[in-house]
Amino acid sequence: MSNILEALNWLLTADAWTGPGGLWVRSLEHLAYTLIALGISAVIALPLGLAIGHTRKGRGIAIVATGAARALPTLGLLTLVALVTGIGLTAPMVALVVLAAPSVLAGAYAGVESVNQATVDAARAQGMNGWQVLTRVEIPLGLPLILSGLRLAALQIIATATLAAYVGAGGLGRQLFLGLQTYDYSVMLGASLVVILLAILVDTAFGLTQRLLRRVPGLAGPGKAPSTGTRSRRVRANMTAN
Amino acid sequence: MTWILDNLPRIGELTLAHLALSLPAVIIAFVLSIPLAWGANRVRVLREPVLTGTGLLYAVPSLPLFILLPALIGTSVRDPLNVVIALSIFGLALMVRSAAEALDAVTDDVRTSATAIGFSGVGRFFTVELPLAGPALLAGVRVVCVSSISLVSVSAVLGVSSLGSLFTDGFARDIIGSIVAGILMTVVLALICDLLLVLAGRMLMPWQQTRRRRPLLARSREVAA
Repeated sequence: MSNILEALNWLLTADAWTGPGGLWVRSLEHLAYTLIALGISAVIALPLGLAIGHTRKGRGIAIVATGAARALPTLGLLTLVALVTGIGLTAPMVALVVLAAPSVLAGAYAGVESVNQATVDAARAQGMNGWQVLTRVEIPLGLPLILSGLRLAALQIIATATLAAYVGAGGLGRQLFLGLQTYDYSVMLGASLVVILLAILVDTAFGLTQRLLRRVPGLAGPGKAPSTGTRSRRVRANMTAN
Repeated sequence: MTWILDNLPRIGELTLAHLALSLPAVIIAFVLSIPLAWGANRVRVLREPVLTGTGLLYAVPSLPLFILLPALIGTSVRDPLNVVIALSIFGLALMVRSAAEALDAVTDDVRTSATAIGFSGVGRFFTVELPLAGPALLAGVRVVCVSSISLVSVSAVLGVSSLGSLFTDGFARDIIGSIVAGILMTVVLALICDLLLVLAGRMLMPWQQTRRRRPLLARSREVAA
């Protein structure tokens, strides 16, 4: 416990936070990495996932790909790319995107698939074409699961961005590894606490957004209509299982 | 490739170390999740807090948790025990929710029928509810197993020996073969453990096969009609 107090003490000193290598700068770097990696993952995986959910094609491949990505050790990928591309931001970004894209993909197709088939048929019967069905029915109704995928991806990225410093990039991992190398446990622990806090903050922000969106009419949360409720729960279970 | 062949004994050693870290964690997570999930289902007021609470644990990044734990339980950062406990926490975070949902999916009809036949509370749980929840529990354990095996590697940056050491050594000494070997072995290990779990599931739950066959038959009959 005294260790935690020491770490908190360190966190309360101004020196720890200010300056070019201070915790503020590192936290912002960490968040920037997270946003960039999440953005790239979303640009790649969202359209793919929506297409898979909408056309119901390629689902088998998507499941295998997400399963394989789960088994892939991030540290291995990170160091491998770093040896090839050199020290810098490329390796962490590649590793982060490979890690996060499957979660986004699974969320996107699970979200679209969670929409009640009767609703989709009804939309078609109204004369909507495929694109309209996707953008006006499937995406708004599948939004809770699509966001869950992004939320999971964001958490994975924040956790793993800590390792970016291992291959020479910045982020909060810098302080953490600095503490590790100098046997300064309180610095290591302090930096860890900041990473944990950041992860919980981002997770809570996503949670609040999801809760707020559920109140917007037309964006149904899972469990609102009983028929879609059980279905989406099953799809969500699949999402984590695969 | 030659590096891999020259270092087979070391790779084997690290693979065993890797298993020694990840398998206990999977078992601990599974064993602890059942009573927790059962309790959460039993006392409805506790259900959401327990599930959200354990879910929130999953939001805690792994490397920081490896570092935070020693301060809480007094192990050292390089202690394998520390890694096992951290992995158990992650496993538990995933497993409690799947276990709670698996046990909850057993219908009340089944439960009341079992009571009517004369099962006691404990007997009913172990001979009726647990086997029926089996397939969903297995799905949960499979996820926990694969993610634990891939997560162990991270502890290598702290100096704990596992297949992850092949990444840190390979990176420090610029040996791509070492990193590739580490990635391959981790994936192979995850696949083998997953396969063993599936096989164990088939042996423990033989009724799963017959159940899967039935709808197919029914469907072909429909088509024929």
